[in-house]
Amino acid sequence: MRGDTDFAVQVKGVTKVFGTGAQAFRAVDEVSIDIQQNEFLTLLGPSGCGKTTLLRMIAGFEHPTAGQILLDGAEISHLPPYQRPVNTVFQSYALFPHMTVAQNIAFGLEMLGKPAGEVRQTVDAMLTLVRMAELRDRRTDQISGGQQQRVALARALAPHPKVLLLDEPLSALDYKLRKDMQIELKRLQSETGITFVFVTHDQEEALTMSNRVAVMNQGKILQLGTPRDIYDHPAERFVADFIGDTNFLNAQVVNSAGGKVTLKLTAGEEVTADLPGGVAPPVAGDSVTAVVRWEHAKLTAQGAGQLSGTLANVVYVGTDTHYYVELSDGTTFVSRIQNSRDDELTFSEGMPVGVSIESNGVQVVRN
Amino acid sequence: MGEAQTKAPGTGTGSQVQASAERARKARVRAHWLLNTPALIILLCAASGPLFVVIIYSFLTPGDYGGIEWAFSLDGWFSVFMQRDIFEGTLSVADAHMSILWRSVRLSLLTTLTAFVLGFPTAYFIATRPRETRNVWLFLITIPFWVNLLIRTFAIMELIRNKGVINTILMSTGIIEQPIQMLFTDFAIMVGMTYVYLPLMVLPIYASMEKFDFRLVEAGYDLYATRMKVLRRIILPLAKPGIVAGSILVFIPSLGAYVTPRILGGGKNMMLGNLIALQFGQGRNWPLGSALALTLLAMVMVALLIYVRGVAKQDSGRH
Repeated sequence: MRGDTDFAVQVKGVTKVFGTGAQAFRAVDEVSIDIQQNEFLTLLGPSGCGKTTLLRMIAGFEHPTAGQILLDGAEISHLPPYQRPVNTVFQSYALFPHMTVAQNIAFGLEMLGKPAGEVRQTVDAMLTLVRMAELRDRRTDQISGGQQQRVALARALAPHPKVLLLDEPLSALDYKLRKDMQIELKRLQSETGITFVFVTHDQEEALTMSNRVAVMNQGKILQLGTPRDIYDHPAERFVADFIGDTNFLNAQVVNSAGGKVTLKLTAGEEVTADLPGGVAPPVAGDSVTAVVRWEHAKLTAQGAGQLSGTLANVVYVGTDTHYYVELSDGTTFVSRIQNSRDDELTFSEGMPVGVSIESNGVQVVRN
Repeated sequence: MGEAQTKAPGTGTGSQVQASAERARKARVRAHWLLNTPALIILLCAASGPLFVVIIYSFLTPGDYGGIEWAFSLDGWFSVFMQRDIFEGTLSVADAHMSILWRSVRLSLLTTLTAFVLGFPTAYFIATRPRETRNVWLFLITIPFWVNLLIRTFAIMELIRNKGVINTILMSTGIIEQPIQMLFTDFAIMVGMTYVYLPLMVLPIYASMEKFDFRLVEAGYDLYATRMKVLRRIILPLAKPGIVAGSILVFIPSLGAYVTPRILGGGKNMMLGNLIALQFGQGRNWPLGSALALTLLAMVMVALLIYVRGVAKQDSGRH
């Protein structure tokens, strides 16, 4: 067990099955993850991928069907939520409607039996931390959604939990407010030094805020890494598809050596591709899927570049222009080019074009 | 209305338009009054009228064979609270009336409390069932309403009398040797009233629990509140409007109950309702009966006032 307390939370082979018999549903399937102290970790995945269930098991609202959950090295799987030094910011905020802002924040401290003076001090500090001091005596239904969000945060942070769990807390806010809160959350995390476990289905939220991201699907963690890792080196087709805008190309392995693979693209020429960690090295002749991010390829004259096709569609989206190229094997390849003021449109729909992929722009993923 | 319409469109000056709008508004109000008349007539005939009669009767002299003599007297009100010794003519507090009054209030409070203790978990249980099955549970709760009150009360009697179901079981299992006297006691009255009025406690509490956001319970647990603390600090305060309404709905009819104390209390354990009925029947003292009825009404009003003020306080806090 030595060294285990370097981790705030350790999830060891946890499975959660809802229902029995034919209706049984594996919400979380043998998931293991070590969450470091003072880390901002995000569980990212589509709805129903098990991320919220995993969070609720750490909070204690659900109990694992199998496996263990350790907090600071101590097993907590069997403890009720009120005995875990872990607090949650709920998606619905779940503020107590019969209490004021200050009473809501004080609740956890009072339940822990803190002396009145300390409670008042902490509540004041929390109100300042989330910039809500003027609204301390308001009812929670008298404040805006963004303010409720701050109160929910302050309420969960007030008892100074070892881990703060956040269940899609920003999803009810509008775009601008969400942006502000992302920065706010990051600030709160670094100011309090508390480990944050954040659940979201929004890739942008995950990439901007986290130290590490765990991408989940169908009850499993597919990839765990820094936002850069996840974005630049997706190991799975699902991860590459879920995060960022990605082209998938069919290819045949020519040869494979030392983390690099030479591929023959079905719709083009030979390219060298990266092989991310965790993907078994393929052997020559294997059919594989290669991924290229939209922004890692640009259009060139016909004949130049690794791919060729016909420009089917040009979509102007303000900052960028998206070029949809129909490749010779029938698949569509998209290239995203950042616009600048003095650009001239050199490509028009219906033109035969070539596609040039940046060096290191291609990589192989697990199917 | 027609008048207002012909003048309104564009022809008149601003003040004319305003005046005609005012007339139209008044006409609408008059029309509403007309539509309200049936309700007002029923209210006057069925509620205010009889109440007025009772108020007048309470200040008259009792007739020899029941009814009233048209002569002013305060004796009715006087004898609600005081009595004159027949032989010595000294005044003293009317002990019999006071004890009946006290029994009524005490048993009604006990009934309300028991109904709450039984009704709250029931309402909570129903409110936490899946939405589809809740109506079935509510249906079960309301079934006793379909059976005549007398029959339900006799059923209770059958349960608790000396040779009734409970005593028979207890004696045959050897737990007791002599039957426990339950029938014709205050306890019997309380049990009967609790049984009869329980749905009136369950339904309003259910109504407020149904709207309850159970995620708040999770939030409570998350913030280190144990089950008891969650109940006390989160569930009960939020269910309070339902609890207050249910308590009023049980307390008020209990206070004036007639059938249940008459049957389960026997002759001697009277409550206010029985005392009033007695004065209009064998007692042949209608003014006293009227004064007692008004006393009961006053007590109910006080209870309602407390309720209204409690709710108002909560509402002003909410908004």
